[in-house]
Amino acid sequence: MMGPVSTTPAIEVHGLRKAYGEHQAVRGIDFTVGRGEVFGLLGPNGAGKTTTVEILEGYRARDGGDVAVLGFDPQRRERALRERLGIVLQSCGFDRHLTPREMVAHWASLYPHPRDPAEVIRLVGLEDKQDDIVRGLSGGQQRRLDLALALVGDPELIFLDEPTTGFDPAARRTAWGAIRSLRDLGKTVVLTTHYLDEAQELSDRVAIIKDGRILAIGTPAELGVGTAQRVRVTWRSEDGELHEREVDDPTQLVHDLTAEALARGEPVRDLTVVRPSLEDVYLELTADQQEETVGV
Amino acid sequence: MSDAIAIGWRQFRLERKQFWRNPTAAFFGFLLPVVFLLIIGSLTPASDRDIIIPGIAGMNVMASTFNAIAMNMTFRREQGLLKRMRGTPMPTGAYLGGVFGNVAFNGTLQVAIVVFGGAAIFGLPLPYHWDELIIFTIVGIFSFTALGIAFSHVIPNFDAAPAYTNFVFLPSILLGGVFFDPATTSSAVLDDIARVLPISHFIAGMRGAIQPDGGLSHHVGDLTVLALWGLFGLYFAIRGFSWDQRRS
Repeated sequence: MMGPVSTTPAIEVHGLRKAYGEHQAVRGIDFTVGRGEVFGLLGPNGAGKTTTVEILEGYRARDGGDVAVLGFDPQRRERALRERLGIVLQSCGFDRHLTPREMVAHWASLYPHPRDPAEVIRLVGLEDKQDDIVRGLSGGQQRRLDLALALVGDPELIFLDEPTTGFDPAARRTAWGAIRSLRDLGKTVVLTTHYLDEAQELSDRVAIIKDGRILAIGTPAELGVGTAQRVRVTWRSEDGELHEREVDDPTQLVHDLTAEALARGEPVRDLTVVRPSLEDVYLELTADQQEETVGV
Repeated sequence: MSDAIAIGWRQFRLERKQFWRNPTAAFFGFLLPVVFLLIIGSLTPASDRDIIIPGIAGMNVMASTFNAIAMNMTFRREQGLLKRMRGTPMPTGAYLGGVFGNVAFNGTLQVAIVVFGGAAIFGLPLPYHWDELIIFTIVGIFSFTALGIAFSHVIPNFDAAPAYTNFVFLPSILLGGVFFDPATTSSAVLDDIARVLPISHFIAGMRGAIQPDGGLSHHVGDLTVLALWGLFGLYFAIRGFSWDQRRS
C-alpha cells in the first residue's frame, strides 16, 4: 500500500528570502529537517519564525531561495502536498456553532487516509467535550481541538506554531505528551516557540532565529545545552558578595570552595552548579547579535 | 471533480447546521424578514399589496444574501477560519460553493415565503409568470452574493461590519423602491437613484412576475442591469479575495 519510506529530507530550505515592503523579514536562511525529526524554530517575536513557517505551509510566496517540503514546492499549493500536512496556526478561530465531534469528522472526510476521529479526540483529551458547542470551550480546549484537526488527516509532517501559548502548566504537559507521541509515530514536526524550555524539551534540533537570520542551529547538546562542557558555578563568599564562574569541569572549583568552607567551619552559602539551559545559550547568542549591530 | 462536489455538499450541510444554531444568523437571515412581511403586509392597503409585497421580497433577499455574506466573510477572515480551510486539502471551489449554497438557500427561502405567505395571508395572487420569478431569483441571489463578498473586502474588521453593511442596505431599500413604485414617484432624483441600484431591478422582476401584464420579455433590461451588477461584484469578489486578515 505505502511506498518505500523516502530518505530525502522532509524539508529543505536554501537561501530563503522574504520581504514585506522595505522590511526584510527573512534574510537568506538555510536548513534541513530530516524525516521523523522534531525541529524547533526558536526566536523572539518578529524574528521571522512565522513568515518562514507560513512559506513552508504554502500560505505565502517567497521572494528568493529554494524550498522543498516532502519534495513539493509549497508555493504551488498542490492538493497532494496538503493531504500530507497538518497545520496548527498561531491563533485561529472556529465555526463556533459546531461540536468538536462534528468538526473532526468533517476534517477527516477531507483526507484520503484519515485517522479514526474518536481516537484523535481521545488523544487530545477532549472526549468529555466532544458534543459541546465549540463556542463554550475554554481557550485551552479550543487549542486542543486545533491539534485534533491537524492530526486527523494522519499527516506525515506537522507544523505547530506556538502550540502551547496561553496554556496552564498541566495543559502544557499534556500537549508535550501529544507532541512526543507524534515523534514516536515517526512523524516529522516543525515547532515554533518562544518558550525555551519547550524547545529544549521537545526538539531533536533547534534553530535560533533573529532578525530573519539563523544565529545557531544544532541539537540542544551541540548548542551547549545540558552538556558538561560549560558549567556555571555560583556562590556567596564570606563578605556576602555573589560570585559566578563558568568552567569546563566544576570538580576542582567545588572541591576548593567546600574545603575552604569546611576549614572555616561555615557552610558555602548559595552554592549552585548548573549546566546552561537553552535559555542561556539563546540569551548569549541574541546579546552577541545586538552588540554586533551596535558596533557596526 | 465528483469528490469536490461531495466535499462541497458536506460543507453546505455543515453551513445549514450552523445557520440554525446561530441565533443571530437565524434571526436576521430568517425570522426578521418574516416579521417584516407580516407587519408591512398588514399595514399596506389591499390595493397596493401587489406593489409592496414583491418589494419586501427584494429587501429580504438582499438581507439574507448581501448582508449575511458580507458580515460572514468579514468574520471568517478576521477569525482565521478562511486561513484554516486554506491549510487543508479542501478544494477552494468546494468550500466557497458550500458557503454560497447556504446563502442561496436562504435567499430562495425568502422568495418562497413572500410568494406563498403573500398569497395565503394577504390574498395576493400566485405569480402569473413563474419563469420570470425563477430567473430573477437565481440572477438576484447570484448578484447580491457576489456584491456581498466584494463588499466584505472593503470592511476593515468585524466590529465595523454591521455599520458598513447597513450603510449600503438601508439606503438601498429606501431608495430602491421597496416601499413605493419608483415609476410613480414625483422626484426625478429618487427615480434616477433607483434606476442605478440593483435592488430596484430585482424588485421590478418580482413585481412583473406577480402581475398579469408583466412577464420576462418586459423586464429584459432589468435582468441585464442586475446581471451586470453581479459580474461587477464577481470581478471584485475574486480580485480582492484574501484568506488572511493581515495586509502585507
